[in-house]
Amino acid sequence: MPTVGVDKEDLYKALGRSYTTEEFDELCFEFGIELDEDTSQGELPIVNGVQERAQLKIEIPANRYDMLCFEGIARALNIFLGREKLPAYTLTKPEKMIQFVVKPETAQIRQYISCAVLRGITFTPRRYESFIGLQDKLHNNLCRNRTLVSMGTHDLDTIEGPFTYEAVTPTDISFVPLNQTKQMNGEELMQFYDGDKHLGRFLHIIRDSPVYPVVYDAKRRVCSLPPIINSEHSKITLDTKNVLIEVTATDKTKVEIVVNQLVAMFSEYCSEPFTIEPVEIVSPHNGESRITPDISMRETTAEVSYINGCCGFKQTPEELCALLARMSLVAKVNAKDSNLLDVSIPCTRPDILHQCDIMEDAGIAYGFNNLDRTFPGKSGTIGDPFLLNKVSDIVRREVAMTGWSEVLPLILCSHDENFKFLRRKDDGNTAVKLANPKTLEYQVVRTSLLPGMLKTIRENRKHSLPVKIFEVSDVAFKDESLERKSFNQRHWAAVFVGKTSGFETVHGLLDRVMKMLRINWIKESDTGVPGYFIKEANDDTFFPGRAADIFFRLRTDPSKTVKIGSFGILHPEVLEHFEIPGVVGSALEVNIEPFL
Amino acid sequence: MADLAHLVLQTLDKGPISDTAVTFPDVETGVVHGALNSLAARSMVTYKPIDIEFWTLTPEAEEIVEKGSHEFRLLEEVTKSMEGLKLADVTKVLGAAGKPGQSRAFKNGWIKKDGDKLVSNVSALPEDTTAKDLKTIKETGTLGDAKELGELRKRKLIEKGKKLSYSVEKGPEFALEIKKLETDLTPEMIASGSWKTQTFKPYNFDAEGAVTASGALHPLNKVREEFRQIFFAMGFSEMPTNQFVESGFWNFDTLFVPQQHPARDLQDTFYIKDPVKADEPEDKTYWENIHKVHEEGAYGSIGYRYPWNAEESLRLVLRTHTTAVSSRMLHKLAADPKPARFFSIDRVFRNEAVDATHLAEFHQIEGVIADYDLTLGDLIGFMDRFFTRMGVDKLRFKPAYNPYTEPSMEIFAWHAGLNKWIEIGNSGMFRPEMLESMGLPKDLRVHGFGLSLERPTMIKYKLSNIRELVGHKVNLDFIETNPAVRLDETLV
Repeated sequence: MPTVGVDKEDLYKALGRSYTTEEFDELCFEFGIELDEDTSQGELPIVNGVQERAQLKIEIPANRYDMLCFEGIARALNIFLGREKLPAYTLTKPEKMIQFVVKPETAQIRQYISCAVLRGITFTPRRYESFIGLQDKLHNNLCRNRTLVSMGTHDLDTIEGPFTYEAVTPTDISFVPLNQTKQMNGEELMQFYDGDKHLGRFLHIIRDSPVYPVVYDAKRRVCSLPPIINSEHSKITLDTKNVLIEVTATDKTKVEIVVNQLVAMFSEYCSEPFTIEPVEIVSPHNGESRITPDISMRETTAEVSYINGCCGFKQTPEELCALLARMSLVAKVNAKDSNLLDVSIPCTRPDILHQCDIMEDAGIAYGFNNLDRTFPGKSGTIGDPFLLNKVSDIVRREVAMTGWSEVLPLILCSHDENFKFLRRKDDGNTAVKLANPKTLEYQVVRTSLLPGMLKTIRENRKHSLPVKIFEVSDVAFKDESLERKSFNQRHWAAVFVGKTSGFETVHGLLDRVMKMLRINWIKESDTGVPGYFIKEANDDTFFPGRAADIFFRLRTDPSKTVKIGSFGILHPEVLEHFEIPGVVGSALEVNIEPFL
Repeated sequence: MADLAHLVLQTLDKGPISDTAVTFPDVETGVVHGALNSLAARSMVTYKPIDIEFWTLTPEAEEIVEKGSHEFRLLEEVTKSMEGLKLADVTKVLGAAGKPGQSRAFKNGWIKKDGDKLVSNVSALPEDTTAKDLKTIKETGTLGDAKELGELRKRKLIEKGKKLSYSVEKGPEFALEIKKLETDLTPEMIASGSWKTQTFKPYNFDAEGAVTASGALHPLNKVREEFRQIFFAMGFSEMPTNQFVESGFWNFDTLFVPQQHPARDLQDTFYIKDPVKADEPEDKTYWENIHKVHEEGAYGSIGYRYPWNAEESLRLVLRTHTTAVSSRMLHKLAADPKPARFFSIDRVFRNEAVDATHLAEFHQIEGVIADYDLTLGDLIGFMDRFFTRMGVDKLRFKPAYNPYTEPSMEIFAWHAGLNKWIEIGNSGMFRPEMLESMGLPKDLRVHGFGLSLERPTMIKYKLSNIRELVGHKVNLDFIETNPAVRLDETLV
């Protein structure tokens, strides 16, 4: 969720009254934004000898792009409070519309462009800061760090149309980037900003492309190199009166959303408030020739019965219209069908996709906390445990009752812990491996419970001996035959360490749990008899001659014998790998899924 | 000591003992005390301590008692030598006692100086009071004359000491013979019937009992079990969440999370390198429905209007929420739509930076309620009842955003201890885009809610670091001594 800092005094002035922090927090809560911090509650920092003005840091839901700046927050809250009406955003009709000609080559790299002009704008330092801030917030959120969309703003009086949007070989582009003094070509620019704290992370978007997107004016002056940087020449300042906004994108839907938010928010400061001068985009090669921005309302409908039914209140159609008005939606009862509302969605609300979004807004305006708290009790349903969990719980309780302690290590572990430390080999067909872990601790999904348990013992070296711990939980294995190429398996493991190996103790624990599960101890030669038996095994995790495999013959099909686990004295090297000195130990690990 | 105890009893039989130091002068106080204590434990005697101050002689004073005081001995020497004792010979004759004897004798006016000699100043030998007083002190421990006591102390001839002794009387169980006390009832006593006459040593009820050996379930799993019981009681069936690896399709796309959503970033989600890629789901209609609702919109939705990428949908991830399982359960429910309640409590994975409150793995509690004509008021009312069962009785709901629920509400609980509202979970009504893609009828609405298992546990048990609760760094002592869990109980 983005957090927007707004000037506290300015906001309260815009809202027509002052609020205590608690009162404002309450207002935010009801509307569905969150007051994160009121900086006046702490020490305000002094920057360049001037104490910073008090700010309210407000968290905005990730789909409310119209509230990512002071102007949007003030407007939405004023409308919510009934102090203002939704502004009528209007396109002007210029005598000669500015033209943007899009060259087909741009399709290779960043094909969409949408533009607009704000005339007669009056910036103040705080408005200017908010204008830049909104672009940053949009870039970081909706624009996915400029990969999908990026925007450039220019002082229109320093450049002249018609403009062209082209894709050009990097070395053929030459200009002075914003806030620089040196002319550089596309290649030099990449080197110059490589490692730059702010811009460095965007270079990858176009760096390796044979052509870079670039906006030229009529005199072949570079306006911007999207999505990296604008030119110094067309830079906007506090004195800029006419602003050209150009938004380029790889996403056709979001390019319009972005340009709409910018103009809807900052046309407020135009000489004729809320008017926007359109721009003609000439882009026949991809059928994108059009006039931008399209700030028209989207007309849709919502059912009164649906809204009332979902929210659980009984509002008349007119009352619903009044509620929706407070959420910046223009609703009227349909002339023919009183169960239908005609709803006009302003360009600032692209988050409205379905009538459920309209329904939610009616609920918010009504107040979630004012709804009758009813109980969904009409249909009787029956609660049941998941069978695997039920069997797991039986094992867990039985093991705990015999005096063992349950542990809860992590499921992810390092590759070494899962294989090498247990003296096991990775055959490449066993473990699920992660692509992007932040640390070495999380390289694979465990295929055994033992690494986590041995790490737990390592961290509890001071515990009195013997240590007797167990876990019943899932491991995961690869399986190419499955839709998701992997499956979980429920394991039970127990580890004993102390001054004696505990081999017989672990063996006894296995017998006890099997008895509790009504699984009989049988001999291997008892073919066709359900039960379990153990057999000496060679297992590198365990000490030679002190390891056994556990075999199981299913009650439902005792003709089959399956290996379900093993136990043994832990190999001294295993203890050494897990840094557990001065003790000996035994471990057991069993797949309990056959017991279902 | 047994003999002493019997001696005490025999003495007491004749009458109370007013001072053991007098009655048993040769027995050390500690030994006396031991005998009395053991008799008192059997209620055979009662005793009180007597504190007495007394004086003892220094080695110098012992010598005085034996040989006479320095001044007296000097006077004797002076009187013996007819022509007087040369000053220079005093030390020769009396040694170390010479000098103090000389000054004391002068002070007493017993001698005087005659040239370089000392001569007697008294007609007859006076009484040696110093030696006499010291002798009295040695015998009785004190002296009647307090002033003289002070004087002797100043002369460092006596030192103060303390003496402890006891006065003893018969107790309620007084007898001349001591019975053996038993500490525990034994089968032998019952067999022989001796328990009827046997005397038992009183039990020390102020001491702790013997430590018992025990196994333990993990504290977080105990909390998990409490939640499960709440769910069962409210008619919820447990979902099969034994599948850590999900495809982007199930984890995100089916939940109407757009493919460019930040939750799908490498920064937030663990992607799988091996195995490489999931298969398409069996239900091809569903696959196409999802494709369409994202790309073009459907079911009354305008959709996200972006080119939906099948490859992205088939990327494998570690599930970031158990809602991936809920989605599969609801898809199954669509084959036979009817009211249902599902829940799960299981591990989910986030590629987050690890800190005191975040691990890359945590447990998500998730509940799903599907029913015809459900309302938002039902969801709120349900949450009230649900959280009341875990001891939270004041809730409020904040509008929030979630790609797969609309409306979405964050659940805040009033925490009396912290005196503030704290966020404890998320809830909402699943979007029609998600449900209708599965083939669920339009009027079967579905509520979902979720919270982490760790967070309420940490709040309830005042843990500040999640590593104290989950993972290999958890202290085994914490696991072994953690009390039973009752979520409905107010913990102060």
